[in-house]
Amino acid sequence: MNESKGPEATTDRNAWGLWEVFVRSSRGLSHVHAGSLHAPDAAMALRNARDLYTRRNEGVSIWVVPADAIAASDPDSKGSFFESPQGKDYRHATYYTKSEGVKHL
Amino acid sequence: MEANAPHNADRQAADSQAKDRQDADGQANFDRVIAEDSRIEPKDWMPDAYRKTLLRQISQHAHSEIIGMQPEANWISRAPSLKRKAILMAKVQDEAGHGLYLYSAAETLGQTRDKMMADLIAGKARYSSIFNYPALTWADMGAIGWLVDGAAICNQVPLCRASYGPYGRAMVRVCKEESFHQRQGFEILLELAHGTPEQKHLAQDAVNRWYAPALMMFGPPDDDSPNSRQSMAWNIKRFSNDELRSRFVGMMVEQVRVLGLTLPDSEIRFNEDTKKWEHGPLDWNEFHEVLAGRGPCNAQRLERRREAHDDGAWVREAAAAYAAKQSLKTKEYAA
Repeated sequence: MNESKGPEATTDRNAWGLWEVFVRSSRGLSHVHAGSLHAPDAAMALRNARDLYTRRNEGVSIWVVPADAIAASDPDSKGSFFESPQGKDYRHATYYTKSEGVKHL
Repeated sequence: MEANAPHNADRQAADSQAKDRQDADGQANFDRVIAEDSRIEPKDWMPDAYRKTLLRQISQHAHSEIIGMQPEANWISRAPSLKRKAILMAKVQDEAGHGLYLYSAAETLGQTRDKMMADLIAGKARYSSIFNYPALTWADMGAIGWLVDGAAICNQVPLCRASYGPYGRAMVRVCKEESFHQRQGFEILLELAHGTPEQKHLAQDAVNRWYAPALMMFGPPDDDSPNSRQSMAWNIKRFSNDELRSRFVGMMVEQVRVLGLTLPDSEIRFNEDTKKWEHGPLDWNEFHEVLAGRGPCNAQRLERRREAHDDGAWVREAAAAYAAKQSLKTKEYAA
């Protein structure tokens, strides 16, 4: 991977995959996406994530996930993919107004 | 082969029509998102010029953070106390972090990090002109924090609302961390200004040298900033260079009084008609010279960046070799 030398030899980083970083800010909360970084393996990705995303006690737990392991919905098919809940207001409590004024409901 | 030619031509025409249709749909969606002041995300269709503008701006911003470590890192070993040393190290580490957040954001536009790093080292990429000025005394750590980080914050707060999602999110993180940078600089100047006459002189001298370069960080005057209008139409920029500069001058006028120092500009005034702060003339020739690579420290900064990159090569190689070996071992166990 690092056979060439000299100024063009910056490609060694290509061997370092892209990792997505998720941080749990405190107990009881979910891990939330914080950002991404490059690292050669999971152990280094975790260490780098600690240095990069938790310099001020932002987290009590970190997940790192290889970016190419994430399957994502296609932004272009937004309309059809997410259309199912449209027009189904009855899935929300606010749809039911006749019980207005009734306590603890 | 010849019989296929018309068929290929048909297919090419059909492909190109399909592409045009996609572009038209994409443009319509892009225009709607911008008009609603919503955010564009990496996988959305975007005009080539929008992508190019962002890539240039975000990568230059990342380079500025990385090069920006140098003037201060140089003073870590000469900080006057353990407390100041720890603060300066934390600040320089933050700048590295900010560079990495921004490289990540730039990568989502389709540029590899290697290419950006290679361009910086080869001297092909630009970064903020401010980092090509030397940090001559300890008081410069104060003036850089107060004026340079102050100007950067002024610039960056509106960028938190930039229309490109990853850029805005990176800037939110940067701005949260940056406010300590300005305060620690202010505190250094405040302590020097209330110290011995020599210390006060150091503080004033540093403010004198950093004032004009800090004002120029906002970029050329509006009349001479051809790309600003388009960037504002795209909701990347929210305020013009002159608008931000004027706001910054107003803030500094207040703060310099608390420091007990003065700004080296006798023409600062509040214009009652425009309700804006005005400042004396700036040397834009100098700005363009520094940007073109002919500033006091350009060569030194790039040389240092190159050295650091080369010195780190064995670490990157060792880490990659270790990772490769570990993954081989895992496979052996599995087999």
